[in-house]
Amino acid sequence: MRSYIIRRILMLIPVLIGISLCIFLIMQLIPGDVISGLLGIEENPELRAQYVKKFGLDQPLYKQYLDWITNVVKGDFGTSFRTEKEILPEMMSRFKITFQLTIMAAVISWLIAIPLGIISALKRNTWIDGVVRFVALLGVSVPNFAFATLLILFLSIAFDYYPPVGYVGFFENSKVNMEIMILPAIVLGTIMSGSVMRMTRSSVLEVLRQDFIKTVRAKGASEKVVIFVHALRNGLIPIITLIGMQIGGLLGGTVVTEQIFSIPGLGQMVLTAINQRDYPVVQGCILFIAFIYVMVNLIVDILYTYVDPRISYK
Amino acid sequence: MKTISGIIKGILNIIKELFKDPIGRIGLIGVGIIILLSLFAPAIAPYDITEMFTKNKMVAPNGEFLFGTDNFGRDVFSRIIYGARVSLKVGIISVGISATCGYILGMAAGYFEGIVDSIIMRFMDILFAFPSILLALFIVSALGPSLNNTMIAIGIVNTPVFTRTVRASVISVKSMEYIVSAKSIGLKTINIILKHITPNILAPFTVQATLALSGAILTEASLSFLGLGIQPPDPSWGSMLSESRKYMEKAPWLAIAPAIFIICTILSFNILGDSLRDVLDPKLKL
Repeated sequence: MRSYIIRRILMLIPVLIGISLCIFLIMQLIPGDVISGLLGIEENPELRAQYVKKFGLDQPLYKQYLDWITNVVKGDFGTSFRTEKEILPEMMSRFKITFQLTIMAAVISWLIAIPLGIISALKRNTWIDGVVRFVALLGVSVPNFAFATLLILFLSIAFDYYPPVGYVGFFENSKVNMEIMILPAIVLGTIMSGSVMRMTRSSVLEVLRQDFIKTVRAKGASEKVVIFVHALRNGLIPIITLIGMQIGGLLGGTVVTEQIFSIPGLGQMVLTAINQRDYPVVQGCILFIAFIYVMVNLIVDILYTYVDPRISYK
Repeated sequence: MKTISGIIKGILNIIKELFKDPIGRIGLIGVGIIILLSLFAPAIAPYDITEMFTKNKMVAPNGEFLFGTDNFGRDVFSRIIYGARVSLKVGIISVGISATCGYILGMAAGYFEGIVDSIIMRFMDILFAFPSILLALFIVSALGPSLNNTMIAIGIVNTPVFTRTVRASVISVKSMEYIVSAKSIGLKTINIILKHITPNILAPFTVQATLALSGAILTEASLSFLGLGIQPPDPSWGSMLSESRKYMEKAPWLAIAPAIFIICTILSFNILGDSLRDVLDPKLKL
């Protein structure tokens, strides 16, 4: 087991190098160069030369990459073009906000999806199953920004309620913070619940078909025991992977929702940086998010082998 | 000639199968409507999409303007109809890109295995290591926001899924006896791939393509919503919805029309994809 974990971590190294190379190369695609964006319309050869020197753009590409990546490994993501502030502390403080949003959304989605998915599987091919499946399909099909816009519209018309503007940290005023975060979390959680519901339904159905369930029934166990002790424990295993992937995805993929509700998370930071052509921030944030995504997937893989010892990790 | 009529017959059979299932019928009709709307957009749309009726700004839906008008006085209905065209175009071309790349890469990885497989699949792992919307956003921002770059970005983002699907099916088909015998009688590799393997991996491939279409349309709408996809004056449902948020209290119809069209389109493709999977790949049906 330990050797499996070590091997899994070692395997990450080439992937992470690949990711950073990929990001670095995509940054080279930017039409014109980074400095023009920074200088704006005022083209000043002297200032340009200064910037070229400062950012090391006179160096060959491979050198630029190596410099960037060695600094990143040391925890130095560089400074923003716009604010001239260090990127890493800013990312960390924003990450906390996105993290809170992700956890809230995930919890909401489980509360909706897992019970409904189970009911749907147990009441297979009844009208309840039909309704749940349709709702799940809606969850998979409705874009979060469309849902968010309609939800805000509905709340304003029906209840004359408008989501609060501005952001307050959880530890400053947790009540106001929850009021700010709850709507975006509901939006993300509801959308997420679609795929979790489908997965729960199909994996519970899959388990109910297996021989050991027949054995349990043959032993004369009550239906409650069959479902809650045997079917669910095994049926929920595949859902862990899905949930892990979704959490990883949410940590980087809340861009749209953060934008709509003006939540100053990591997604908003990326988007603002893209719009302001603040390239060091874009590059740093994307690398950071991809890193987290990969780490979450690693944790899920490891958890998986603990939960399901049948999976071989040789 | 024989093969072409065979293919058409096959497609007609599948459509017939789909039509038998009430859910499949809904998906088929929904997708059919979207295709018709975009094909005949010039005939259906009552006004030019850029024409501004300055006297009729933000008019609520009425007989003259079915879905009302926007802040410039442009007809929302016409823009929605042309928006279907943009969505479908982005969907088809970007899925075309990812399906083609995914087919070639997945086939190479699955058929040749070994080092080719390792290199291709490690590269796909790297692309998979990004949350998809973020990767699309990143590529578009590097290339510059435009219709073409949106399609390229979405195409790249979806390639790994196709590569994995094709690779997995190729590996399972490859060990079948008929492939082994095709090899043993000395058929050329290219013939084995095109004539013997490809027809047998079409089912999962088609299902994947239908589902990827809805994903691509969703990603385009999200990018446009963020202002990094389709650029004005081209109508995109995503950017229309984003614009509408400024006038939500005064003109809620500006938000409702594009939202409903995005949802119904993606829903139709997802329903079609699901039913197609049941028809083509009954093993997966639960």
